[in-house]
Amino acid sequence: MTKILTDIETLIEAVNKADSADGLLEAVEDLAAAKAVEAIPTLVEVLGYNNPGAAVAAVDGLIEIGEPVVPYLLTNLDDYNYGARAWALRVFAGVGDPSALDLLLKAAVTDFSQSVRRAAARGLGIIRWSKLAPEKVLPAQKEVLQTLLLASSDGEWVVRYAAVVGLQSLAKTLATTQPKLVPEITAKFQEVMQTDSELVMRARAQLAWQQIN
Amino acid sequence: MEQDYFGVGEAEQLTVEQAIANLRQKEDLGSRYYAAWWLGRFRVKEPEAIEVLLMALEDESDRAPDGGYPLRRNAARALGKLGEKRAVPPLIRCLEFPDFYVREAATQALEVLNDNRAIPALVKLLDGGVAKAQFVPGKPHLVQPYEAIIEALGTIGATEATTLIEPFIEHTVEKVKYAAARAMYQLTGNSVYGEILVRALAGEDLQLRRSALMDLGAIGYISAGEAIAETLAENSMKLIALKGLLEEEINQNVNQSLELTQESIKVMELMDSLL
Repeated sequence: MTKILTDIETLIEAVNKADSADGLLEAVEDLAAAKAVEAIPTLVEVLGYNNPGAAVAAVDGLIEIGEPVVPYLLTNLDDYNYGARAWALRVFAGVGDPSALDLLLKAAVTDFSQSVRRAAARGLGIIRWSKLAPEKVLPAQKEVLQTLLLASSDGEWVVRYAAVVGLQSLAKTLATTQPKLVPEITAKFQEVMQTDSELVMRARAQLAWQQIN
Repeated sequence: MEQDYFGVGEAEQLTVEQAIANLRQKEDLGSRYYAAWWLGRFRVKEPEAIEVLLMALEDESDRAPDGGYPLRRNAARALGKLGEKRAVPPLIRCLEFPDFYVREAATQALEVLNDNRAIPALVKLLDGGVAKAQFVPGKPHLVQPYEAIIEALGTIGATEATTLIEPFIEHTVEKVKYAAARAMYQLTGNSVYGEILVRALAGEDLQLRRSALMDLGAIGYISAGEAIAETLAENSMKLIALKGLLEEEINQNVNQSLELTQESIKVMELMDSLL
């Protein structure tokens, strides 16, 4: 046990001491590979560095660690660094823990950063509903549906794109449990296919429509 | 990419009438400069706005310490954004101005306006080829805005310029090299040039990787999908590049059934993974 902890301390030390972009990327990859809860604060800190490669590695590592990450990240979300916030939202999305649901719902339609809204909309589609008390599932799913429908008229195409992807995942979940909610989603796909000003949006809605029909 | 120098809060304070009036007056240079930017930013296409911007293009009063013409630069950028064909001949004249940044802004505007009347003047700026394309002593830029010139020729479709552009692939300034690869791909469709940009995605410098991403998105080089998704850069940049690939793929394969091609679906799967 002591040996393992020492190893992780060494790995953390390597992240803190990295003096080049490449060095940081390697150190973060090594630390992420340890999949240890002790690594959480350091990996979260990396999300705030302006190093996209290292951030990807940190996000992957945090998702691997899974649920223990969520409470820490919820209390240590960086309100000022939207780059870091977008990466954090990707972690919530990847873990799919419903305790981040309120945050995702709010972020998808109110955050000023389009990258954050994008990651939140994606995350709303891949919530692990089995982790939520059964009586809370349906009301929460309805709320997610309404939020994603709203996000699908965001001014930024990339947020609308993520909303369609989120709606497609949600439709897949609802098809077996709440099929009567699905038509509202397919109608939205039809609407996007016919009216969105962006070619890629019309194509993505078409793909979503094909895949759930 | 949109360059916003001012916060949205400040931007909202102007009206079209005010912006035009601010640009007409000659006392407050700061508000003239801002008004020119504002008219482009908010796509004000009214004839009067075009008229004052065209006047600003010839302005003599706003001079920078380096001898440059800040207002002319902003006016040129704005005229590009407004898509106003009337601006083509005056912008072509700007290509002979002594201020490097006016020439650069005018070139970029002409690229957006995508008008082949600009080709001869743009080609002329490449006189002397790579040998002449050196840095101006004491300045952070080359003797001509080569990156912008070559990109514009590629976008406008100046196939007659390929023999002039090709040698710039060997230029020591990476962005000029990328611009040449981008234009050569647009003009010839040869994947050799697309692959130059794909290799650039693995480069050391984040700024240059971003640049290559934007170039690949602009040419819609479909084989670059995987490499784009794996580039060490922000997901937002990669998504924009992949969007360019998808648009090109769809536009190349428009058919009656409106069926999505396998390549299109693959690009969308990559995009989904980056959200």
